Amino acid sequence: MTLRSLMQPHRIVLMLLFTALVLWCAFSLRWDWIPKYAPLALEGLWTTIWILLVTTFLGFLLAVPLGLAQAIGPWYLSVPARTFCTIIRGTPLLLQIWLLYYGLGSLFPQFPWIRSSELWPYLRQAWPYAVLALTLSYAGYEGEVMRGAFSGVNKGQLEAAKAFGMPRFTMFRRVWLPQAIRNVLPTLGGETILQLKATPLVATITIVEIYSVSSRVRADTFIVYEPLLLLAVSYMLIAGIITLAFRRFENKVPS
Amino acid sequence: MELILETLGLAESAQLLSLSPPGWGANLLRGLANSLQIAFGAFGFGLLIGLFGACGKLYGGPVVRDLLAIYTTVIRAVPELVLILILYYVGTDLINKLASMMGYGRVEISGIVAGIWVLGIVQGAYSTEVLRGAIQAVPKGQIEAARAFGMPAFMTMRRVTIPAMMSFATPGLANLWLIATKDTALLAIVGFSELTLETRQAASSTRAYFTFFLAAGALYLLVTLFSGLIFGWIEKWARRGQPSLKGGR
Amino acid sequence: MKLKNILAVGLAMTAFGVGAAAADQVKIGIAAEPYPPFASLDSSGTWIGWEVEVIGAVCAAAELDCVITPVAWDGIIPSLTGQQIDAIMASMSITEDRMQTIDFSDPYYNTPAVIVADKSMDIEATPESLAGKIVGIQASTIHQAYAQEYFVNSELRVYQTQDEANQDLFAGRIDATQADSIAMADFVGSDAGGCCEIKGAVANDESILGRGVGAGVRKGDDALREALNAGVAAILADGTHAEITARYFAASIYSE
Repeated sequence: MTLRSLMQPHRIVLMLLFTALVLWCAFSLRWDWIPKYAPLALEGLWTTIWILLVTTFLGFLLAVPLGLAQAIGPWYLSVPARTFCTIIRGTPLLLQIWLLYYGLGSLFPQFPWIRSSELWPYLRQAWPYAVLALTLSYAGYEGEVMRGAFSGVNKGQLEAAKAFGMPRFTMFRRVWLPQAIRNVLPTLGGETILQLKATPLVATITIVEIYSVSSRVRADTFIVYEPLLLLAVSYMLIAGIITLAFRRFENKVPS
Repeated sequence: MELILETLGLAESAQLLSLSPPGWGANLLRGLANSLQIAFGAFGFGLLIGLFGACGKLYGGPVVRDLLAIYTTVIRAVPELVLILILYYVGTDLINKLASMMGYGRVEISGIVAGIWVLGIVQGAYSTEVLRGAIQAVPKGQIEAARAFGMPAFMTMRRVTIPAMMSFATPGLANLWLIATKDTALLAIVGFSELTLETRQAASSTRAYFTFFLAAGALYLLVTLFSGLIFGWIEKWARRGQPSLKGGR
Repeated sequence: MKLKNILAVGLAMTAFGVGAAAADQVKIGIAAEPYPPFASLDSSGTWIGWEVEVIGAVCAAAELDCVITPVAWDGIIPSLTGQQIDAIMASMSITEDRMQTIDFSDPYYNTPAVIVADKSMDIEATPESLAGKIVGIQASTIHQAYAQEYFVNSELRVYQTQDEANQDLFAGRIDATQADSIAMADFVGSDAGGCCEIKGAVANDESILGRGVGAGVRKGDDALREALNAGVAAILADGTHAEITARYFAASIYSE
């Protein structure tokens, strides 16, 4: 989207209409609740961002062995990996989150020794379950993507590395993995945005991120549209930043 | 049968899930039927929007293309949960305003129709991209030949483009169908009666959270596996006469 | 298929889902999440409970054709103002904040808010006693407003339904929860609630906790409000309210 492409007449008209719409919204809708809830909203925004970053990172770390196991693994590794990916991709994320949080929670009272263990302060909080559920979900989807990526790397490169006498792990680290990631970088960008769209679901297990802040504003003030509009705009901004970041990353990577 | 269940410790779970009261199995199945209805309707509605959207993006004027680009970008950037809430309130407000302007009384919208409306619009954005890619993959020569014969545009679409693009579109559409079935779970947060809401209600009433959530997960998995099978047949039918994909790497 | 045939089919399909409402039917909104003993689902999918029966009795006394419509609790007021439902009878307390958006009928029950915690915990229903503890509350309720106002030194967890808060109390994730005394008495008496007991009622603040539970109607919908008032007064006068209450609770839950 260069500047010249933006300056065409129909685009200028659309941009003027859009500015008019934004100005109308700014003046005729109710925005008086923003100062009161701004600190909470920023806290929620930070929670959304760190959950997104942590789960995509951990999920990717888990997806690499899953993809590798399915691409070249012996049957006793590839079958469990495939089963895991099928189950994660076949069930809704909301159900997975509730199963982990409430399902496990309903088992706690049957094991009284849990309450005195070291893990108890973490088992009481909601974020470990959210991070676990989102990580497993991301790994399940990315496992499929990485399987295709690993299978798609030119076999000649791997054979050349073996001919040089490279140890297997070095070949994986220097040849196979970087090329696989390079192949699927665009897909990873799209999947990260999908992970962003999955984060609001953790509001149902009491995590305070921007969706739950918007729900709280709606509940306290009974205003219906304005918090939702601002929420949608925030997500679009974050998605835009993610897209730009991946595009810059793709340009830097030689192909 | 009972002996096997008892030894596995699943007797109580089986009782909770049984099909007749006081088991909750019938409720879950009813919720599943609702979910599938909504998913089917949303998938179809999304496909309709996608068809018009794809044609608009490919053959439309610059304004139409820009507006459709805005539509697909917004839907693909904003979480479904937020979209569901916005579309639900906006949609029902609009319909009521229209109805009162035209003089009718309050219009009643069932949960299923509202679910189809919101999920359909979300599906429409993804369908637009899938169908656009599929139509672009059809060899240009076929469409040029149809035009050389003097076929009107609509007949060309009906007789040449759509059958030819089916084989390219089927994998993407299969994915969209699975997304539709899983997105119906989000409607539980808005209170529409479907499988996830029924599961939560059953779990709250009986406190057997693990049992019911696992049962619901199993039902969704069955739907996914079954759909995979059916779409495999559809793809085989759509690709009839084309060289096999096997053997190529 | 010809274009006009497609259009005809499309219009027919829309008509299936969108029908003009029967003029006399009154849709009474209740929360889609169970709230025993006031409203809960039995395994055949029917709604049962004290409030469900009172709705039936009030509608019968007011001669209204009522249809019980479950709606998600945190979208119930927008559903009312957006005309998806005509009235809310979902144990919604009459508060000043809510009265700026909707009108209420006369109250049909009034019960205090209590704190529930594990039997082994030495907690009272005061902000000082709850300082540093984790308190769970349901979203969009008077209890959330009260906890956010008074329990400033406690960690608050907001749940979508009271039932989820109870479940986490049972699991030990939260130390206490604040909710309606009757609903909590029901929870404490159940199997899962055996862990916990009611620690006491919170200090009353009518501006937050409201003055009883009434039926919510749209602002200006005086006809329905008067009809519901008449119905409530009728069942209080002829003993139906007391009779339904006797089947569920040990003492009356209505006070002037």
